[in-house]
Amino acid sequence: MIPYVARRLLGVVAVLLVLSVVVYATFYLAPGDPARLACGPKCDPEQVRQVRAQLGLDEPVYVQYWHFLTGVVTGHDYSTGTGVRHCDAPCLGLSFQNDQSVTGLIAQRLPATASLAAGAMVLWLVIGIGSGLLSVLRRGGATERVLTWITLAGTATPVFISGIGLLMLFCAYLEWLPFPTYVPLTDDPEQWAWNLLLPCLALALLESAKYARLTRSSLLETLAEDHVRTFRAYGVGERAIVGRHALRGALAPVIALTAADFGSMFGNAMLTETMFGLPGVGQLLVHATQTIDLPVVVGLVMVTGAAVAIANIVADVLYAVADRRVALR
Amino acid sequence: MTSLLTAPARPAGAEAGAAAPASAARRVLRRLRARKAALAAAAVLALLVLLALAAPLLAALEGQDPTTYHDGLVDSARGGVPVGPFGGIDAEHWLGVEPGTGRDLFVRLLYGARVSLAVAAGATLVQVVVGVAVGLAAALGNRLADSVLSHLTDVMVALPLLVFAIAVTAVAPADLPRPLLLVVVIGLIAWGAMARLVRAQALSLLKLDYVSAARLTGASTWRIARRELLPGLAAPVITYAAVMLPQNMLNEASMSFLGVGIKPPTPSWGQMLSSATTWFRADPLYVVLPALMLFVTTFAFTVLGDTVRAALDPREESRLRVGRERRKGGSS
Repeated sequence: MIPYVARRLLGVVAVLLVLSVVVYATFYLAPGDPARLACGPKCDPEQVRQVRAQLGLDEPVYVQYWHFLTGVVTGHDYSTGTGVRHCDAPCLGLSFQNDQSVTGLIAQRLPATASLAAGAMVLWLVIGIGSGLLSVLRRGGATERVLTWITLAGTATPVFISGIGLLMLFCAYLEWLPFPTYVPLTDDPEQWAWNLLLPCLALALLESAKYARLTRSSLLETLAEDHVRTFRAYGVGERAIVGRHALRGALAPVIALTAADFGSMFGNAMLTETMFGLPGVGQLLVHATQTIDLPVVVGLVMVTGAAVAIANIVADVLYAVADRRVALR
Repeated sequence: MTSLLTAPARPAGAEAGAAAPASAARRVLRRLRARKAALAAAAVLALLVLLALAAPLLAALEGQDPTTYHDGLVDSARGGVPVGPFGGIDAEHWLGVEPGTGRDLFVRLLYGARVSLAVAAGATLVQVVVGVAVGLAAALGNRLADSVLSHLTDVMVALPLLVFAIAVTAVAPADLPRPLLLVVVIGLIAWGAMARLVRAQALSLLKLDYVSAARLTGASTWRIARRELLPGLAAPVITYAAVMLPQNMLNEASMSFLGVGIKPPTPSWGQMLSSATTWFRADPLYVVLPALMLFVTTFAFTVLGDTVRAALDPREESRLRVGRERRKGGSS
């Protein structure tokens, strides 16, 4: 398994290199003056000239790209006109609008996003796999029909609709929960969990609908296989067949979806953050896009790309663990 | 693998004369007629398209337009809440007015439907064109081309669409119309799944006798792609496009919700929802209307797409069989 993971990690590095070339080309060769954009709308020509020199935009593109690459590995020194700002490795650039390293900005925002994603993931795996299982155990009945409709509706409900619905219900009418504000885990674990409940639920509802549908169809497929018929012939009970024997094989596609879906989950987490005002990575990206803070945008795209690629490796390994018929090559 | 497109290779039967796509289309129609929900969804969508097309007419009928501010209709003393009950619904403003600005909600929702449908349809079209081109090229090309294109497809499938789409809008030329920009951005990023499907289908079609026969007659690769493969690909491609369309609609709404999609004053449901988040206490109707429009539309598309997919999915039969056996067998 270790050689397999090592080879896949090398593959990730290759993909990220290609991605960085594409992203770099798109963002720094795009029409418009990147120095002007990076500097912001309030800059006068003198400041734009300074930023151009600081960004190294007066150098050829391949030199700039090389600086970006070496910066990731060894860090990079940026001259700020009066002095030198050192950006530690892994340096993804310097945000001139915030006067902070991109790596630092992302690291600041990561805890909120990670809390949201982790909490939601627990919820949606429980809700999704649970209701998928339930609808298979009760198939042919009203429970299955109701669950099928609910999950179908769930896949069509974007997180900003379910989120606003939850807010209206729990914060405005029932007044059970306060309007969520982000409290770091290290400050107050209880408040952290309490405040994250609604955002996590909003994000989990959409995702759990997908997982419920997949669990259901994958379970039904497994149940149609011959070995299940053998179990039935031996008189094994339905619950034992579904829960003990079919579920394991049926979970493999669910794990595969977790990886394939990691990117769209990231997008939904971003929407949830904006919806509930959580200071996460998604909010950073939206803000950077609106203020055209290109170093931050490029850095975030690279980090998400890496996260998605690594999630895929993890999923492939888990897939092989869940389904013994799959060999890692 | 059994393909749903093996019809021409089957022994001559009742449908021997029918081409694969025709029989698939007939199966889809039969399934659609059998499912009342799918029919209802189709009716809802037809109505919505009509409403969107007739938006200028209906606006004229109501006597309003989507961008005029009505300062007199919002109570500035109460922070801009519409005057009157239910968000200011009256004979002149059928669904009330937007809080803060007093713009007519009915007309804004209708024009929002135009944007939503147009962007979703346009983006889906781009995805279909790029996906079919890349998928066919991978299936018909040599090993190197297949390997490169398949890897590219894998990368595109895994890309976080929203992150990339948002990032690209940061450097997009400002004078490009936003709906067009969204069509291009969403279409050019999210074609991976379509390309994968087309490649797999094309590879299974290439094994069939009639394609080999075409090859033996000396048909060029281009001719095989166009005359032998494309007709057989139509059914799965259309099915998958039906599944992608509501997703594209949600992508547009999401980007507009985040403030990086459709720009004001052009109305869009996502953008309306985003400004509604600060109004849900004072003017709940302003939240409910765009949310309802967006949900009903994507839900109808999802129901329809799901039905078409189920009708064309050979595995669905086995699932139904398991369900029926269980029902017949009673409780255990």
